Amino acid sequence: MPELRKTPMLDQLLDGPFPSFVKEIKKGAEKNEACNDLLGQLELSYEEKITHWKHGGIVGVTGYGGGVIGRYSDVPEQFPGLTEFHTMRINQPAGWFYKTDRLRKLLDIWEKRGSGLTNFHGATGDIILLGTHTNELQNVADDLAHEGWDLGGSGSDLRTPSACVGPGRCEWACIDTLDIVDTLTRRYQNELHRPMWPYKFKIKISGCANDGVAAKARADCSIIGTWKDNIQVNRTEVVNYVNGGFDIIGQVVDKCPTKCISYNPVTKSLSIDDNNCVRCHNCINKMPKALRQGKINGATILIGGHAPILQSAFMSWVVVPFMEMKPPYTEISDLLEKIWEWWDENGKMRERTGELIYRLGMRSFLKATGLPAVPQMVLHPRANPFFFWDKEEVNQ
Amino acid sequence: MVKTDFGPPKYLDMMSDLCKRNYGKWKYHEVLDTGTLVHVAENGEKLYTVRSATPRLMHIDTLRAFCDLADKYCNGFFRFTSRHSIEFLLEDESNIEPLKADLHAMGYSPGGVGNTISNMLHTQGWIHCHTPAIDASGIVKAVMDGVFDYYTEAKLPARLRLSLACCLNMCGAVHCSDVAIVGIHRVPPKVLDEKVAKMCEIPNVVAACPTRAIRPEPSKKSVVINDEKCMYCGNCYTMCPAIPIFDPKNDGAAIFVGGKVSDARHPAMFSKLAVPYIPNEPPKWPTVVQTVRMLIDVYAKDAKQGERYGEWINRIGWERFFKVTGLPFTDKHIDDYIFSIPTFRSTATFKW
Ligand code: HEM
Ligand code: HEM
Ligand code: HEM
Ligand code: HEM
Ligand code: SF4
Ligand code: SF4
Ligand code: SF4
Ligand code: SF4
Repeated sequence: MPELRKTPMLDQLLDGPFPSFVKEIKKGAEKNEACNDLLGQLELSYEEKITHWKHGGIVGVTGYGGGVIGRYSDVPEQFPGLTEFHTMRINQPAGWFYKTDRLRKLLDIWEKRGSGLTNFHGATGDIILLGTHTNELQNVADDLAHEGWDLGGSGSDLRTPSACVGPGRCEWACIDTLDIVDTLTRRYQNELHRPMWPYKFKIKISGCANDGVAAKARADCSIIGTWKDNIQVNRTEVVNYVNGGFDIIGQVVDKCPTKCISYNPVTKSLSIDDNNCVRCHNCINKMPKALRQGKINGATILIGGHAPILQSAFMSWVVVPFMEMKPPYTEISDLLEKIWEWWDENGKMRERTGELIYRLGMRSFLKATGLPAVPQMVLHPRANPFFFWDKEEVNQ
Repeated sequence: MVKTDFGPPKYLDMMSDLCKRNYGKWKYHEVLDTGTLVHVAENGEKLYTVRSATPRLMHIDTLRAFCDLADKYCNGFFRFTSRHSIEFLLEDESNIEPLKADLHAMGYSPGGVGNTISNMLHTQGWIHCHTPAIDASGIVKAVMDGVFDYYTEAKLPARLRLSLACCLNMCGAVHCSDVAIVGIHRVPPKVLDEKVAKMCEIPNVVAACPTRAIRPEPSKKSVVINDEKCMYCGNCYTMCPAIPIFDPKNDGAAIFVGGKVSDARHPAMFSKLAVPYIPNEPPKWPTVVQTVRMLIDVYAKDAKQGERYGEWINRIGWERFFKVTGLPFTDKHIDDYIFSIPTFRSTATFKW
């Protein structure tokens, strides 16, 4: 074992109250050459203000096209431990729940066959195992498979879907986010593991409008729980909140975006004009004991979200205002499959679903999916007269 | 032959009996302090959660130590959040304080619940990615140290979400966070003609450019870049390694503010540009840290109770925002990308 790399710059990140990632790499460096070299290379990046990871290089595991991301140092002569330092994405259990005996097995495998460094979790949701050799990739995958851990997605495929904690520990989940993500993940193993699309496709599922997994911002298909009927009001608890000094006017009544809540201080009663409620969730967030969502639950399906490259950042937009989410979730699967088929046929290389819809128009998307146009899809109708008609729609 | 395509471990196998018993039957929750929540089920059973930020990059020995704590206090169960925080799930209230003490001893402070800053969402940076303009973990460590009191003490008007993406690929919900740091380049990539000819598919490289700044150069079997049109997104580099875009003298961070993903009160919002450029200053990025601290201090002081960062700005207006923060407003703040005109003001009803 060579001696530990000197890292005067990184060492300045050891102190302070927030846990230090440098300490984590150092833990690894004491027993693993790659971690020690990672310290060295990172220190070099700190001196030169530039990354030292080489671009590209395809590596993988038999039977899979995704799940492994090739990584090579561009200065391997200085840091031989990083000549190959590939990332493996491991499909996380829904909601990121762990039981220690199962997790320990994964950690043991990574101790034996990799750097020992991890990300809990990557931004996409998977467990990220950081850094192993090409000739270990298959072994890691095999050992993990033996313990019931499968790879996630990478490349032009369905990326590992993820979901908020949902009914596992949240009273606000309008839909069973965990069962949905688990079911869809299992159903689409082929799409997840074998890149064959124009580009990546992400599914994220949040149980309510609070959108705990930022589905609207970063999923091509965002599934957000909601309800159709009236908010349930517990009158006694309303009184308790008010008697406890809670600023019901300032925090709830005034903050309601549609001004559909009123509070009568004399009778101490709260009333909601549910016809005008947009289910934004603020009042429920503020008075969890007094207010509950309605009982007719389902999800709003939104499509097209992604980060700025290429066509600027899109937040995903409504395509199905309300979908019942009952097992086996056939309706969402039917929709997804239609979308994928249309995208696969029409998408250019590296064109996300939202960008394709933008290029070909919602008209084309609605035709391909058979979804009806409804007012919930727009903030307002168009303000220009430049619209297209299909041949069938006009008198020949 | 090992099995393939069997999917993730079943989540129910990873949950305690208490969680399984009360699955979908939670009644309400309360914030006990900035590191602790309690969820109460319809049958009256209680589940306590102790949350702590992690550095995301963790060695297996740290995870093993977490497993030890979970075995000791939580019957072997814990979970992570979408922002890289760990949550210990306790059934016995009397275990909360001992668990917290053990976490502190490990260097992990519970926090991030309620009107605090929760853990900072971030990406890979110089540790493991080939396209970053800035580091990730190092900046996050420095920023979180600089705002740590907002993580442990509930003294903000509302939740505040910090995030960082080390390049414009933005592998995090950066574009919808209250305060977001984004790595940017400021000069066009360099075209290494000989390598391009050998390594790259010219039509793909040309098609990769969102601003059509790239043309083929058939005589060299390479491409040329029109510097005027390039806005340094680095997408061509992702397609073709022979067009490196890194420049230690010019790369750095931009800061965006006012985004959110929750639809509560006001619909989700994109974050908007506050600071166009701060140079890379490893190892502790003092200017980034000071700027983020200032942006949060001003908001903490000025916003009304319950107002998220973007809601506060919407109320006071952007012209006021630049005044109260003292940040200079520049031509970079005026959009000139594709759909910029709708962001221009078409009314004379503004503030001085
Ligand atoms: C070979 C090329 C690429 C590699 C190796 C790569 C690597 C990664 C990695 C490792 C992550 C997970 C980040 C994490 O650890 O949390 C990620 C996420 C992401 N990447 Fe890339 N990336 C590549 C190209 C791109 C490109 C070209 C784009 C956009 C045009 C992009 C956009 C994103 C986004 C938006 C996310 C995650 C956002 C989310 O979590 O929803 N990536 N990428
Ligand atoms: C430093 C890099 C960039 C960041 C951090 C960024 C982030 C953002 C953010 C936060 C918004 C929302 C602003 C708002 O709603 O007013 C936005 C809007 C926009 N961005 Fe970017 N962006 C970047 C670069 C780009 C690039 C490369 C493109 C094009 C490829 C682009 C095109 C747009 C457009 C057209 C909008 C307006 C969208 C709309 O009208 O809703 N931006 N961007
Ligand atoms: C295709 C859609 C549109 C059509 C057909 C249209 C048509 C017109 C017409 C005929 C007028 C003249 C009214 C008059 O004689 O007093 C007008 C005025 C005007 N339009 Fe539009 N318009 C369209 C879209 C827009 C848009 C998108 C905007 C702004 C973003 C806009 C802003 C104005 C303004 C500012 C005036 C002048 C009002 C005034 O001088 O009092 N129009 N438009
Ligand atoms: C196909 C689309 C359009 C057609 C065929 C059209 C046609 C016309 C016609 C025939 C006039 C009357 C000219 C006159 O008084 O002699 C006119 C006036 C006008 N149009 Fe349009 N227009 C169109 C779109 C627009 C749009 C999109 C706008 C605004 C965004 C616009 C703004 C105006 C304005 C402001 C006038 C009044 C000009 C004035 O009175 O000085 N037009 N247009
Ligand atoms: S998104 Fe809604 S249902 Fe999901 S964890 Fe957050 S508050 Fe609960
Ligand atoms: S959910 Fe939102 S819109 Fe509906 S009553 Fe509550 S605050 Fe108002
Ligand atoms: S944001 Fe960019 S540099 Fe950072 S991890 Fe993602 S692709 Fe890599
Ligand atoms: S960096 Fe982006 S804008 Fe510049 S040439 Fe490359 S693809 Fe085009």
